[in-house]
Amino acid sequence: MKTAIIQFPGSNRDRDMIAALTKISGVAPAKVWHTETEVPDADLIIIPGGFSYGDYLRSGAIAARSPIMDAVRTAADKGVLVLGVCNGFQILAEAGMLPGALMRNAGLKFVCKQIKLQVTNNKTQFTHLYEQDEVIPCPVAHHDGNYFADAETLKKIEGEGQVVFRYAEGTNPNGSINDIAGIINEAGNVLGMMPHPENLIEPDHGGDAGKYLFESALKPLLEAAA
Amino acid sequence: MIKARITVTLKAGVLDPQGKAIEGGLSALGFSGVESVRQGKIFDMEVEGDDKKAAQENLESMCAKLLANTVIEDYHVEIV
Repeated sequence: MKTAIIQFPGSNRDRDMIAALTKISGVAPAKVWHTETEVPDADLIIIPGGFSYGDYLRSGAIAARSPIMDAVRTAADKGVLVLGVCNGFQILAEAGMLPGALMRNAGLKFVCKQIKLQVTNNKTQFTHLYEQDEVIPCPVAHHDGNYFADAETLKKIEGEGQVVFRYAEGTNPNGSINDIAGIINEAGNVLGMMPHPENLIEPDHGGDAGKYLFESALKPLLEAAA
Repeated sequence: MIKARITVTLKAGVLDPQGKAIEGGLSALGFSGVESVRQGKIFDMEVEGDDKKAAQENLESMCAKLLANTVIEDYHVEIV
């Protein structure tokens, strides 16, 4: 079982993600610089949070056109799991690997706090260890997390269970349409989410509800490898 | 050399919280009668050659691929 993490100039949650992956899987992820054109053989590719390219033009816009993203897209097309968190979600949306766009927070301010997250689809490779509609605490830290999709796209992703996470109990921090916090692609192997599950994996974080996302994705792979 | 100005604006119906904040700022300065503000971006471009039609097509392709996010934004290319 192998994982890989993509690093861009301005990524800053990559180390948290490396620590989380190493702790949960027992294996450190391969670190891949954005100018590379190939991703090492991996079962899970992660695009971490941060401010790639200083959020110039639009958050994630330049990173989404980095050389490495063609390789990430090719891997995703073959069924490799891809997870984008925060800036990673923005990059996947900008790359067209997930529908919709992440816009400036409706309140215009950077938000850094704990919200409540509802698992609205637990039948995915990333969420099967959660209960359906389970509400977990989870930190967010972003300026551009306001999810938007046109009416037709929204109808499709809502109808096909592609909305995997929603902000619950009035904790929507950014004005996202339908309280959407995380979505998955049609094939079910590319997940993007604004909240940071990697920052909630042990009791010292104030809870470990985030680790089940990684365990959902990694356990079947670890068991297959055993 | 051809000069062009590209304007990128939010599509109608997409909420523009920055435009709303600017509206509030103008109102606070005492400007009345501002019914709406929509914020956008301008790119002033200089491109090689003198074939305006080819430049227009090339610039529109740049808009579609990078300068605008067509999920939320419209673009307009004007050769100046």
